[in-house]
Amino acid sequence: MIPFDFDYYRPDSVGQAVELYARLRAEGRNPIYFSGGTEIITFGRLGQLVTDAVLDIKSIPELGALGRSGDHLVFGAGLTLNAVAESGLFPLLGDVARHTADHTTRNKITLGGNLCASIPYRETVLPFLLTDSYAVVAGRQGNAWVSMHELRLAPGELLVQIWTEQSAARWPSVTIKKTKQDEVDYPLVRLALVHDGRGVRAAFSGVCEAPFRSWDMEDALNTPGVPLETRIAEALRRLPGQVIDDQLGSADYRYYLLHHSLREGMSALEGGGR
Amino acid sequence: MESVGKSVPRKESFDKVEGRAKYTRDLRLAGMLHGKLVTSPHAHAKIRSIDAAAAAAVPGVRGIVTGADCQELTGELLADRPVLAYRKVRYYGEPVAVVIADDEQTAWRAAGLVHVEYEVLPVVSSPSRALLPGAPLLHEEVEKYKRYGDVYPVPGMNIGNHLKIRKGDFQSGWEAGVVKVECYTAFRPSDHIAMEPRAARAEILPDGEVHIRASTQAPYVIKRFMERYFGLDPGQVVVHVPFVGGGFGAKGAVQLEFIAYCASRAVGGRLVEVSNSREEDMISSPCHIGLEAQIKMAATPDGRLTAAQITLLWDGGAYADMAAVMAKAGIDDCTGPYRIPNVWADSLAVYTNHTYATSFRGFAHPEVTFAIERTMDLLAKKLGMDPIALRLLNAIGPGETTPTQVLLDESNIGNVPACILRLRELMDWESGQRVVLPNGRIRTKGIAALWKTSSTPTDAGAGAVLIFNKSGSVNLMTGVVEIGQGTKTALAQIAAERLTIDPSLVHVSFEVNTKTNPEHWKTVASSSTMMAGRAILEAADDAIRQLKYNAALVLQVSPDELELAEGRVFVRGNPQRGFLFREIAMGYESENGLTVGKQVIGRGSYIVKLTRLDPETGDGRPGPQWSVAAQGVEVEFDPVECRYQVLRAYTVIDGGVIVNHRGAVTQMMGGMSMGLSWATRESFLYDNQERVLNPQLRFYKITHFGENPDMVVDFVQTPYHEGPYGARGIGEYGTIGMAGALANALSVAAGVELFQLPLLPETIWRARGGGSVHDPV
Amino acid sequence: MKEFTGRRYGVRLHVNHETHTLHVRAADTLLHVLRDQLGLTGTKAGCENGDCGSCTVLVNGTPLNACLTLAVEAHEQPVTTVEGLRGSEIQKSFVEHWAFQCGFCTPGFICNAQGLIDYVRAEHRHADDELIKEWLQSNLCRCTSYHEIHAAVKSVLDDGEEC
Ligand SMILES: Cc1cc2nc3c(=O)[nH]c(=O)nc-3n(C[C@H](O)[C@H](O)[C@H](O)COP(=O)(O)OP(=O)(O)OC[C@H]3O[C@@H](n4cnc5c(N)ncnc54)[C@H](O)[C@@H]3O)c2cc1C
Ligand code: FES
Ligand code: FES
Repeated sequence: MIPFDFDYYRPDSVGQAVELYARLRAEGRNPIYFSGGTEIITFGRLGQLVTDAVLDIKSIPELGALGRSGDHLVFGAGLTLNAVAESGLFPLLGDVARHTADHTTRNKITLGGNLCASIPYRETVLPFLLTDSYAVVAGRQGNAWVSMHELRLAPGELLVQIWTEQSAARWPSVTIKKTKQDEVDYPLVRLALVHDGRGVRAAFSGVCEAPFRSWDMEDALNTPGVPLETRIAEALRRLPGQVIDDQLGSADYRYYLLHHSLREGMSALEGGGR
Repeated sequence: MESVGKSVPRKESFDKVEGRAKYTRDLRLAGMLHGKLVTSPHAHAKIRSIDAAAAAAVPGVRGIVTGADCQELTGELLADRPVLAYRKVRYYGEPVAVVIADDEQTAWRAAGLVHVEYEVLPVVSSPSRALLPGAPLLHEEVEKYKRYGDVYPVPGMNIGNHLKIRKGDFQSGWEAGVVKVECYTAFRPSDHIAMEPRAARAEILPDGEVHIRASTQAPYVIKRFMERYFGLDPGQVVVHVPFVGGGFGAKGAVQLEFIAYCASRAVGGRLVEVSNSREEDMISSPCHIGLEAQIKMAATPDGRLTAAQITLLWDGGAYADMAAVMAKAGIDDCTGPYRIPNVWADSLAVYTNHTYATSFRGFAHPEVTFAIERTMDLLAKKLGMDPIALRLLNAIGPGETTPTQVLLDESNIGNVPACILRLRELMDWESGQRVVLPNGRIRTKGIAALWKTSSTPTDAGAGAVLIFNKSGSVNLMTGVVEIGQGTKTALAQIAAERLTIDPSLVHVSFEVNTKTNPEHWKTVASSSTMMAGRAILEAADDAIRQLKYNAALVLQVSPDELELAEGRVFVRGNPQRGFLFREIAMGYESENGLTVGKQVIGRGSYIVKLTRLDPETGDGRPGPQWSVAAQGVEVEFDPVECRYQVLRAYTVIDGGVIVNHRGAVTQMMGGMSMGLSWATRESFLYDNQERVLNPQLRFYKITHFGENPDMVVDFVQTPYHEGPYGARGIGEYGTIGMAGALANALSVAAGVELFQLPLLPETIWRARGGGSVHDPV
Repeated sequence: MKEFTGRRYGVRLHVNHETHTLHVRAADTLLHVLRDQLGLTGTKAGCENGDCGSCTVLVNGTPLNACLTLAVEAHEQPVTTVEGLRGSEIQKSFVEHWAFQCGFCTPGFICNAQGLIDYVRAEHRHADDELIKEWLQSNLCRCTSYHEIHAAVKSVLDDGEEC
């Protein structure tokens, strides 16, 4: 039961969506892009989000793109997490997607929705950070390429697609998710590692306030001639922020699991990986 | 036996799998109004004022009810709870007002406009803190509340009920013991999570008849309570119960029904529905109790128990309600199924600023069993004894007395040693309790023994009516609610057995209507099959008498000469001379149309024969019989992350004769699943103001598909002579020992004693010394 | 562009092979419309938050939580509810395997299981326990131990593989 009312629009094109958003804003309305809608519907029921105009964007053709273009893989923001996982195009992304929420919900949650969600986990961003992927972002001025490292949408901007280099998608990778107790849960620690041929790249969710990739930590992990334990210890010293302490788990336990996961992941990757 | 003992599929099977089974909210009624609760954002606060003007001004709002409009105080034994909070809120989520509107949406929107001003008060966060000198009092004058039955609140303290057991001579027993252990266990409140959230509808007809339709396990209690609190004639209260989507005790409490009634009263008697969202069902409606328990046990060097001191501090939350009764149920069987000659026990229903509690599957027994079974394992370790051997040595049985000094005999208690021995065999206990695998993981086993009697009120009873159809089939009516436990099918089997017909010829009414179905105390306490089964046997015998009477008239013989088999009445020794039921069920119509005899209607009833407990010693008869069980689990533990997997769970239960085998197995498995879910992951989490942090299934996890261990269930069948065909009761037992067995197994695996629930990896990690510094590896 | 303005507007849903034209609020969930407007109360509301699966229906053959789906999103889509699966193998199998007790979670489980069965058959995949678990983990049951449900689903999947 969503107690408030809103108008519902289903734009046919990116341009139409962006224009409509701007028009509604200009009219003093409070529009929102609606992709899988899972966050909007659940937050709306609890009164944590209110909108008066919903722009359902998932039937815009560009947002449903899935495939190869030149050297790149293209993922439309409107794809469901299951569609992404089942495509098998990007194994690491598939792994992460497959362990986000549950199967039925993943038929609804979209890639774009997960990347733009307000919850602090946004697990599917990790593979894109690791592969230096690019987002196609539409605004009133047209489309722009934005590095995933810099993806911050202004109101009205629409995430259209994410482009990942095909070679990067094939890098050896490992991902580990640790939860409080249950398999279906938010992560205490979500770790994703790839080996780009020169060294290891590492990204994390559940650990600090927002998902992140840390070049500092990667440097530590890649220091030549240093035993793994020492490299991990140094990497942990370089965590970019406070470790989360909440009802899922204490900072201490998260830190402990992170340490252990890094050891597990690094050993797997340096021993060959996927 | 033909029917009893068979795995007859549930009678309502296809209604359920095809989506036709109707639950409370499934019947759409035109003109029905919707009530939406306004709940407290604080765990303890004074209500300064309530401004409902803005809400009342919303078009479509038909009424708003606050605590001032319904000041009746309610409570199972102690009337301390207003229908809606009045002047004060005592838990986070407590209903403060209900907004009644034409549709759900309007009610929700308007509820958001009710402005309540609070003055926040200091909170009481646990039973032990509640008892500290100077703790804020939840109820300033607890002694002034009206009492209904034996309840002992303590003035000036946060105690809603204090019960005692003084058996034997504790001091000398304690001194006689050589090996002594002390064990302190604790866990916070949690929730039942029946998949159907609670819901109630009420309507007051112009002639004063009140109709309530609710998702409840206790329709007849609602009827009685409407008399108790609102002075209604029970004959004018009709409670309807369709299918119920799980109860587990949660729906034995009466709460929304009162609110719905007051709401209907406020809008001229119109039909109003008040239903919980999942969040409300978790925090606003009563939950699963918490407990802090302190157990001391003494034993001789060879392991014989000589004395126990047991202190149970129940986290009953803001109101005594069923917690006051659970405090009693917990102390009735407080020693576990062991022979302990000297017992000193205290059981306190303590007030805290948590959601008030109500019965949970096992009625205080899973909670106490956890404490006792942890203590038994500590004692076994201290004695250097095998945990199974210790339990066998002390197993209680015929000739001995329970904590409330009931003398046990061959019939009124199941066979504890037989259950333990069978468990030992099934678990291959001899092969060792602890094995370290090559990969460093540790496999261990843990066990628990348990017992439980019903702890019902002394006047709990059941009734049954059997009405024959012209075809010779029968309609069976009882007041038992179908909450998923399959009792109605088992009852049909009992009726079929006695009437010598096929169970398919016994039609059961699933909906309970208190106007037409005979009274049944409550569908709880694993007692329905036993109580209603007895009533049915009496009803069947009554019907048989009438059938024989009809047949005797026609056959011109004495009824004593007649016999029953395969749905016929015939002359003993001459089976050809007789009638099919269908020929005589409505009387016998001769060829000229003259009918002799009369319609057959069997009636029967049963009432438990219990006594009250002595307030100083606890002496008394709390239940008719004890079903007993032994349970075990095997786990594989990862000592690095302290994660574990439950590999197998076992139950051997003596529930007397089993009426429906497959039904019993699935009941046990479901119960085990629930017990494991609670033990492994379930608890409310609170902030420092005692506000619940996880009132959603996203954060309050229950076991998911694929997370359960293999399950092994076996039965010992010691007949209970008074039970229908020797049945005792099994519904709750699968749940009771799981937490104790799991904690025992994990304590062995982790190498530290675990005293808290839930057994989360982080909890175990901390118990093993993790945490404190940032470099624990 | 499909545009629904105003407070109520028409949608066309194809539910259990019947077409219904309905007036709904944009904010109405499919769950609400199925239950309250079409009287298809087999679909249950256990949480309205995507956490329990008791509202699972098949939209275009895909299991979705009806509580996380707006009715307007299902405009012109085929929807199957538990009522539409009457007589199905999976329903019979649930009865044979005692895969329910109170029955409240059952419609959701059955719809999801049917989705899985259809998927496996269409893709000619072998449904191992991992796949069954991945799908059915979306549904909560508080009464059974899940083993009963697993057995019910497995039995239909195995039968399908034999033919
Ligand atoms: C049962 C359940 C379990 C969950 N478990 C997890 C979990 O384990 N891990 C996890 O990470 N998350 C989990 N989630 C949360 C989930 O991540 C969010 O609900 C989901 O990611 C939102 O995706 P959506 O497609 O439904 O987005 P929507 O609800 O449609 O949108 C979410 C937000 O993103 C914006 N948005 C969406 N698409 C675009 C776009 N293309 N361009 C610009 N803005 C856009 C919307 O305006 C909105 O603000 C769970 C959710 C549910 C219901
Ligand atoms: S009601 Fe939809 S998932 Fe629970
Ligand atoms: S059968 Fe009751 S919740 Fe599954």
